Amino acid sequence: MIPAAFGYVRPGTVDEALRALADGGEDAKVLAGGQSLIPVMRLRLAAPSMVVDLTRVTELRGVRDDGDALAIGAMTTHSDVISDPLIREFAPLIAQATETVADRQVRHRGTFGGALAHADPAGDLPAVALALDAEFVLAGPGGRRTVPARDFFVDYLTTALAEDELLVEVRIPKLAGSWGMHYEKFNRVAQAWSIVAVAAAVRRENGHIAEARIGLTNMGPTPLRATATEQALAGADAGEAAIAEAARHAAEGTAPSDDLNARADYRAHLAEVLTRRAVTAAVGL
Amino acid sequence: MTQISVRVDGASYTDEVEPRTLLVHYLREQLGKVGTVVGCDTSNCGACTVHLDGEAVKSCTVLAVQAAGSEVTTIEGIAQNGSLHPMQKAFHELHGLQCGYCTPGMIMASIDLVGDNPDPSEHEVREGIEGNLCRCTGYQNIVRAVQQAAAEMRGAQA
Amino acid sequence: MTAVEDRPMTAGPAKEVGQARKRKEDARLITGKTTWTDNMVLPGMLHLAVVRSPVAHAKLGTIDVEAARSAPNVVAVFTGRDLAEEQGSIPCAWPVTPEMVNPGHPSVAVDEVNHVGEAVAVIVARSKTAAQDAVELVDVDYDPLPVVLDMERALAEGAALTHDHVASNESYRWIFDAGEAGTGSSTDEAFAKADVVVSRRFVQQRLIPAFMEPRSTVVQPQGDNYTMWSATQVPHILRIMLAMTTGVPEHKLRVIAPDVGGGFGGKLQVTPEEVITLLVAKRLGKPVKWTETRSESLMSAHHGRDQIQYVDIAADREGNVLGLKVHLLADMGAYLRLVTPGVPILGAFMFPAIYKFPAYRFDCQGVFTNKTPTDAYRGAGRPEATFAIERIMDELAVELGMDPLELRRKNWINADEFPFTTVAGLEYDSGDYEQATQQALELLGYDELREEQRRRRESNDPVQLGIGFSTFTEMCGLAPSRVLGSLSYGAGGWEHASIRMLPTGKVEVITGSTPHGQGHETAWSQLVADELGVPFEDIEVLHGDTAISPRGLDTYGSRSLVVGGAAVVNASQKVVAKARTVAAHLLEASEDDLQFESGTFSVRGTPGSGVSIQEIALATFAAHNFPDGVEPSIDADATFDPVNFSFPHGTHICAMEVDTETGMVTIRKYACVDDVGKIVNPLIVEGQIHGGLAQGIAQALYEEAVYDEDGNLTTGTFVDYLVPSAADLPHFDTGNTVHEAPGNPIGAKGVGEAGCIASTPAVVNAALDAVRHLGVTDILMPLTPERVWRAIHRGGDGGDRATAGTNAYGGAQTETTAGVSTPESRLGGDR
Repeated sequence: MIPAAFGYVRPGTVDEALRALADGGEDAKVLAGGQSLIPVMRLRLAAPSMVVDLTRVTELRGVRDDGDALAIGAMTTHSDVISDPLIREFAPLIAQATETVADRQVRHRGTFGGALAHADPAGDLPAVALALDAEFVLAGPGGRRTVPARDFFVDYLTTALAEDELLVEVRIPKLAGSWGMHYEKFNRVAQAWSIVAVAAAVRRENGHIAEARIGLTNMGPTPLRATATEQALAGADAGEAAIAEAARHAAEGTAPSDDLNARADYRAHLAEVLTRRAVTAAVGL
Repeated sequence: MTQISVRVDGASYTDEVEPRTLLVHYLREQLGKVGTVVGCDTSNCGACTVHLDGEAVKSCTVLAVQAAGSEVTTIEGIAQNGSLHPMQKAFHELHGLQCGYCTPGMIMASIDLVGDNPDPSEHEVREGIEGNLCRCTGYQNIVRAVQQAAAEMRGAQA
Repeated sequence: MTAVEDRPMTAGPAKEVGQARKRKEDARLITGKTTWTDNMVLPGMLHLAVVRSPVAHAKLGTIDVEAARSAPNVVAVFTGRDLAEEQGSIPCAWPVTPEMVNPGHPSVAVDEVNHVGEAVAVIVARSKTAAQDAVELVDVDYDPLPVVLDMERALAEGAALTHDHVASNESYRWIFDAGEAGTGSSTDEAFAKADVVVSRRFVQQRLIPAFMEPRSTVVQPQGDNYTMWSATQVPHILRIMLAMTTGVPEHKLRVIAPDVGGGFGGKLQVTPEEVITLLVAKRLGKPVKWTETRSESLMSAHHGRDQIQYVDIAADREGNVLGLKVHLLADMGAYLRLVTPGVPILGAFMFPAIYKFPAYRFDCQGVFTNKTPTDAYRGAGRPEATFAIERIMDELAVELGMDPLELRRKNWINADEFPFTTVAGLEYDSGDYEQATQQALELLGYDELREEQRRRRESNDPVQLGIGFSTFTEMCGLAPSRVLGSLSYGAGGWEHASIRMLPTGKVEVITGSTPHGQGHETAWSQLVADELGVPFEDIEVLHGDTAISPRGLDTYGSRSLVVGGAAVVNASQKVVAKARTVAAHLLEASEDDLQFESGTFSVRGTPGSGVSIQEIALATFAAHNFPDGVEPSIDADATFDPVNFSFPHGTHICAMEVDTETGMVTIRKYACVDDVGKIVNPLIVEGQIHGGLAQGIAQALYEEAVYDEDGNLTTGTFVDYLVPSAADLPHFDTGNTVHEAPGNPIGAKGVGEAGCIASTPAVVNAALDAVRHLGVTDILMPLTPERVWRAIHRGGDGGDRATAGTNAYGGAQTETTAGVSTPESRLGGDR
């Protein structure tokens, strides 16, 4: 299949991109890595009248140390994320989850910001960003604003981004203390999207779990935090029994869907099992 | 229409393309590089894999305009001075193909993999070519071929 | 004068047959120099795009094509009504019973659409892009009719009808009763006296062949002649059938299958799109190309399997099987295509498998539903049969408290009993089931894994281990023409070959068995090299063009080597016989005094004298010095019609880990030993086994064509139709035993389908063996984690799957990929 015809601009800077978006109106679409957008355009599930291609906006690429946070440029490709030393050091959860995204060809083109702005609840990175309390820096005609992850993901494929805004950077706060992290993905074949996945980051202190952050992939129209499990883990013994007990609450407050791969009740069950496994691995048991 | 200049398999081309023209269609239909094929419309099968500035990409999920100013290498451009690339040779020697439709993409993805990981284990090869579907071989001989080629490529580096 | 390089005439070269020759085909395939149909560009060529129905069953109202017709670069738009006079019906070559109902299959729907994806109009444009753009401009009124999807409900009293103009949803009922046929005793009596009867309902889910090269057809008109290039397995059959369907005379039609990227039965078809492309080229007098997208392919190319199997097995307490009854419902889909009704009949004779059943009854109903037609897919009928028997043998073993392998051993045909005539009336040619089984057990490391299974069970490990068997056979070498005739098939089963001896001593082999990835060029060269004593490199194999290879029945049913290769050998032997006459003349000796070795005729007892067959080829070309009354040609043809099928067999063993917490199944080890008769090229044989295993395992674990309640195919892209990648499949440990087939001059039995037929039940049996102690007795295929988990924790067989597509790409489905206009989606963004 061939996409429907569209107008095309390839800005070189964020400002040019914003102007292009404004000029393009409501049918303009941002093209980041294109690895989801181009297929849906080929299937003619999407037919934007104008495509604003960010691939030449070099200021949006790369990861930098911004003091108390890592700043990941929205157009940093998945393969660059995986090999980035700062991410390896401060947010290995991101690298681990990104390694499970699609395949190496897609990871060469697909971008960190694109995956988050697409906000597919089956995508791996939204739950990770949510678990790490990422902050989303959005640029618009009126300047920049910062949106916390919990407010960024609004609904199925819907984010806090306004039509004339761009996601330019994602800030990942550096975590203080001794953190373990693990991304537990469950899918039927290697290339497939997650049926359910769990992103866990756990801080251990004196043989106890001081703090846990758990993001759930594909347990509702948006990525979710397993809040009840996080609460149950706070201060809990870092042992199998306590983790298993806390994980039983993983699906509370979620709203998973029914599809070919799983019905809702099975997804809820998976969330519990995978949460237990993710936390256990993050704790280092 | 947009004008693009691109180098493909060592030769330079300047052409007018529609923005919606996919790189794979540009290669096949405007340049006659029909060695690269299309197998799906959802970037799952990997049959269209080429190297764009040295990295494997699925050319059905890249617009031709995005390749402007870039260097593209296809299956037709990897043999050097008339001798096959070690990956091509290994696929032949170990029967890593049957109908051959997935083969160009499989070879291009495998070269990319070995570039990143010069000595991949069986598991790493299997994971490394997860983005390329083959319906004929059951993959076992492909995996063996990639490992053999990797060994030869390591030898050539040394 | 000689045009042949001098070679040492002493020790002849090693036999080619049996050598792991690297394939000749690869040179073009690994360099991108392949000639796929879609590569073809002709001056003035027009492009087709097909408008497809987004609804499963409806009366067609107005089709407004005006907007499409006036779109830029659109040349013409045709509807079914425009083509009704000339398109005829897609042929069905296998009317399995005289009463079989065939509703007729227009290439483009005229009055009614009967499945999602059916063609309703055709756009012809100057570019592919213009054609695809115009598809969205065609406005079709669909007046919905009830949708029939479920076979059991379709046969119930008062069911809605798939086709308005037929009386019921049953196409045919076909019965084989061994008691009545005289090949066995009465099943009623056998079941009456049995100590144990086990009855099961098995489901063979619908699969999609999913060859990697999407279908493509190009037609070039030249006056009143037409050349068609098509990505087909069957150029010869296609030519005959197109002539009979469209009225283009057979001798005015040339069909070429260039390099074809896989088929697996999926390109064993006369497709609506081939008919359409021919008719459009004929109307417009211009070359025309049609190439499908993957979504079109998954939705409209024929599907496979899709049977419900009611199987009853009877035995005595000691485990001697007494009788087998099989009742099949076979989903035809909406129409009968080339061999749609015959696929389950091909399986009819294989249910008794390798076991000595005294009584057998098979009863099959072909059922129409509003889904894509089914037809051949790798194994075609035999995987279904093998699955049923190998599954029910395990169930019987459980019922009897016997080891599954012991039960098989007790009932299988022993090596000293060949040839053996089965209860289905087939004469099995050769084999040794015990030998293959022993080798497979060793390959697997059976005892250790059984021990580990015990340990895991005792410790109540969340990951349980199971071991599953499949001791299978199949019938290959399709087919003895007389048998096909007795089954009402519309053609014979012979194969044709010619050998052309070129003046320079090179050899052209023309085969009627058209390959699409198997490696005929290599294997046939090996056969001919041995027969003629000429170098492997001096042989070229030509195929796939009805002008070059005028007679043939193509490639399917593991027939190519067994039937087509046999024809090649026979033709070669005729060449040698002809050359012998010439050699005798040139050597001034009697033919009886000549010996032929390593390509050279010499007079027995006269060392140094000799003339090579390649020299004789030149002498024949010159014809200056030829025996009186002998025509100057040593070329020869042969047509081989087998008198019997061949019967490969093997033992496949799967060791499977089941994560009882998530339901995820993972193959721990897979070992198999196959007996495919004489092995011409071990490299190719191993490759065929591997590929077959991948597809058989994929049926067990991954693949299923799923329709929602409206008849939309929800697995309409590779996002949801899960063809496994390298990361999803295990390493295979394979081996062979060799018992040659007596029915052909090569001794080969056929290998193309073995892995696919054998593996599926081994995998499912293994999963069940892992969790049977948890109360699980069956799990529907594919064994999705959800189904396995449900079967363990909720009971039953895991149940049906939800039919909604996954949320990836917004759940891309046929509804939206059918090429019909869709409201602009808000989807998009990026990953």
